Amino acid sequence: MASEPSLLVASALSGNRRAAGRLISMIEDDAPQVEQIMRAVYPHTGNAYLIGFTGPPGAGKSTLVDELVRVVRTSDQSVGIIAVDPNSPFTGGAILGDRIRMMRHATDPQVFIRSMGARGHLGGLAVAAQNASFLFDAMGMSLVLVETVGVGQSELEIAEMADTTVVVMPPGFGDGVQAIKAGIMEIADIFVVNKADDPMASKAVSDIRDVLRMDLEHREWTQPIVRTIATSAEGLEDLWMRIQQHRGYLEQSGELRRRRRARIEREIMRIAERKLLERVLQPRTESQEFETMLDLALEHRMDPYAVADHIVSFRDGR
Amino acid sequence: MTESGRIRVLMAKAGLDGHDRGVKVVARALRDSGIEVIYTGLHQTPEQVVAAAVQEDVDAIGLSLLSGAHMTIFPRILDLLKSEDAGDIVLFGGGTIPDPDVAELKKAGVAELFTPGSSTLDIVDWVRNNLQHKSHASA
Amino acid sequence: MDKDGALTPDFEERRDNPAGRERDFSFTTLSDQPIKPLYTLGDREDADFALDIGFPGEYPYTRGIYHNMYRGRLWTMRQFAGFGAASDTNRRFHYLLEHGVTGLSVAFDNPTLMGMDSDDPRSFGEVGRTGVAIDSLADMETLFDGIPLDQVSTSMTINAPAAVLLAMYVAVGEKQGVAASKLTGTLQNDILKEYIAQKEWIYPPAAGVKLIVDTIEFTSREIPKYNPVSISGYHIREAGSTAVQELAFTIADGMTYVESCVNRGLAVDSFAPRLSFFWNSHIDFFEEVAKFRAARRIWSRLMREKYGAKDPKSWLMRFHTQTAGVSLTAQQPENNIVRTALEALAAVLGGTQSLHTNSMDEVLALPTEKAVEIALRTQQIIAFETGVVNTVDPLGGSYFVEALTDEMESGALEYFARIEELGGVLPGIEQGFFQREIGEAAFRYQQQLERKEKAMVGVNEFVDSAPIDIPILRIDPDVERSQRARLAEVKTSRNHPQVAGALDHLSAATRREENVMPYILDAVRGYATVQEISDAMKVTLGSYREPAFV
Repeated sequence: MASEPSLLVASALSGNRRAAGRLISMIEDDAPQVEQIMRAVYPHTGNAYLIGFTGPPGAGKSTLVDELVRVVRTSDQSVGIIAVDPNSPFTGGAILGDRIRMMRHATDPQVFIRSMGARGHLGGLAVAAQNASFLFDAMGMSLVLVETVGVGQSELEIAEMADTTVVVMPPGFGDGVQAIKAGIMEIADIFVVNKADDPMASKAVSDIRDVLRMDLEHREWTQPIVRTIATSAEGLEDLWMRIQQHRGYLEQSGELRRRRRARIEREIMRIAERKLLERVLQPRTESQEFETMLDLALEHRMDPYAVADHIVSFRDGR
Repeated sequence: MTESGRIRVLMAKAGLDGHDRGVKVVARALRDSGIEVIYTGLHQTPEQVVAAAVQEDVDAIGLSLLSGAHMTIFPRILDLLKSEDAGDIVLFGGGTIPDPDVAELKKAGVAELFTPGSSTLDIVDWVRNNLQHKSHASA
Repeated sequence: MDKDGALTPDFEERRDNPAGRERDFSFTTLSDQPIKPLYTLGDREDADFALDIGFPGEYPYTRGIYHNMYRGRLWTMRQFAGFGAASDTNRRFHYLLEHGVTGLSVAFDNPTLMGMDSDDPRSFGEVGRTGVAIDSLADMETLFDGIPLDQVSTSMTINAPAAVLLAMYVAVGEKQGVAASKLTGTLQNDILKEYIAQKEWIYPPAAGVKLIVDTIEFTSREIPKYNPVSISGYHIREAGSTAVQELAFTIADGMTYVESCVNRGLAVDSFAPRLSFFWNSHIDFFEEVAKFRAARRIWSRLMREKYGAKDPKSWLMRFHTQTAGVSLTAQQPENNIVRTALEALAAVLGGTQSLHTNSMDEVLALPTEKAVEIALRTQQIIAFETGVVNTVDPLGGSYFVEALTDEMESGALEYFARIEELGGVLPGIEQGFFQREIGEAAFRYQQQLERKEKAMVGVNEFVDSAPIDIPILRIDPDVERSQRARLAEVKTSRNHPQVAGALDHLSAATRREENVMPYILDAVRGYATVQEISDAMKVTLGSYREPAFV
């Protein structure tokens, strides 16, 4: 297998899955070639629709994603899946088991499943997931599904990159109202109450409904609550219909363009910040003058703000 | 390049046997030594195992087999890896495999086989000494 | 010692003087229970002898389920066997019967265990490997050729497709002119432990349990001398559980079956006497004896007090035992004969009703005839030479054994409470509770072995590098090809409209949630295959995928 990035990209775009797998590893490792890879990939993107799935552990997200893949495959759309598990013990090792639920799609040439652990993502897990989703897009996947366990920051990051965000809740999520108030209202386009045959499911649905009623902000899109039983494939057609409705709403209202514009703006800012750091700030902090100012700050003869101002306002061509 | 030491291993059960005590014990031991393990669950076909290994871009497949089907399944996976342009993915394994079969499978290209009584320490050492994450090593 | 038998301080002082200091060794059971240096009457001061121990053959059966135990009738020496094609295993059965085996036990190959035929691509490489390949009634007829089913009891280790194999057994009886009511034997048919440990499944758990209730209902009506379920701890233990986990999870499974049958409308005394159990006998001698004794006591109390069974036969826990496969070592395999003998002795002293002794080579491959013969002779030596059968429950009343029996029971009761909190066994499986508990225990034990806190002779202690040199049974690779050819022949020679009709009826009955046994029996008689029958039900019942890694 060639390792020259442009050859790998060409190979992946012509359908070579080995090359695609390899490229995602480089993306995950934040390898120096990532910029070259993403620049080769980007011209081919813009056709995939990105759906994020988040929710607490045990909500049944993997099974739900597996079933949704089954549903969308009947309409012959190709699907890329990124299963993110940010939980890693301190050793840096991990056991990633989300794809156990999806193995029946493993040999489907129109489905590509990739697991991502938390380790080593200098640019952040969300960046790696986002870049992998661009690659899937460029490979011609019409759908990209990103699944993540909702533990804090990750669900927000997924929502920022997704076109449609599905929040999956198990029937008994404790003091429901409190649990879902914190931020999730803002990110959910669709709620799913999975395991809907559980006696607690109705309470979960009414808890979510209560929170939605208390929401005073004016919304053009009313977040639907879909009941599913992923293990017996119930409610999946309904969920798929709601996702398509949401997509239709986004497209017609112009919201899709606004979301994607905000997304690309964030992406550009992230890249620019990094370049600024690498090209401008890092060289300047490696100067003798900076060392001197550090000592001055240490001796309280210069304040940190003044030092920062000084390095930022350097004239280039020092 | 800080993560170039990362090793990624697919732990798999192929065929119809449901004995997953060994594969799970080994997966945990590998995880605890800092390796990223992808587990694909029970009752997989060789085609599923190889497809997952390619998509996950692992450095190695660790195959556990206690069904007596090792002379069928190991060679099949080696063949599939070659045809998927993935002959560089290392295949190792474990299970109830008699010595003459071990020798024959190693000759066919299985890198190492761990038989009953093997210690997880030996397996972790072997993985650490024989695998290197290659994703951008040659760039 | 004081007059109540408790330890006195002056004894402890004498014992703990510097000369009597203990050596550096982990005095714990195999399952990691700490053991005291000495047990006395004081360890059971709160116990009520009549209530907890009593007499053999009487409630709560701690000392055994019969008054005279092995003075009345020895345990059944039942050697599990199966490999290759039905004709190969038939020859092994005749060999075993000629050498004094008193009951047959069929091991099926992996495809059969998963409800698949030999011609399914997923079966390739596995046909006849770890058991006998059975695709249709034709194979079952060959398997029991020359073996009159009214004269031998047969145990069948089959779970997800158990209803199909039971129907085939009944159909073979019909062909031999033996009425179903005369058939004796045991069907393993314990699907819950498959989801928990052995992992050979077809349908989701609730559907699996429904099929088991079907077989229990059918046998209690049509095959009353047959045990429809053997609630099994064996595989839970082999998967790495502790003794208490084996005890607790298995009995919890048993309670689930009882409750499911009662919910079906069956009276508890109509089926409970035919429920049987299957335990592992591992290498920690006293822990195992205590486990067997505690198991009987727990079950009888549950059946009488919790489920209100009135028939004393419902209170009895009858059980089969197999020595622990996982205790055997590939290194110095002859040592396995000794391990198996000690484990078999624990099973006998624990009051088992039937016993399988493993062969020394089973960790390497399926056993050779010679190895099987030694394993059987081991049982015969225990039964006829050692004298342990002369009296009932010879370890009963031992301070240590009784205290350990109590600990086993209380450990199991704690697990019952946790399982109830989870909502029962099925939710526990769905949440991965059992799988996680067993996985933790297996991992802990492996670490203890590697730190030499637990010993395995030849593996981590007293190791030698001599090559393993014992004969190995090889399965002819041609078995698979010829089995597929036989299946093809059956498929072309049978009455197609009859098979298709029977399978349609079965599918319809499955949808209507009827008892499917009569429909399976019809399909079997027409030579429908195991996979065809499983698939006919799968349309409605669905298939199972395990929860993610736990």
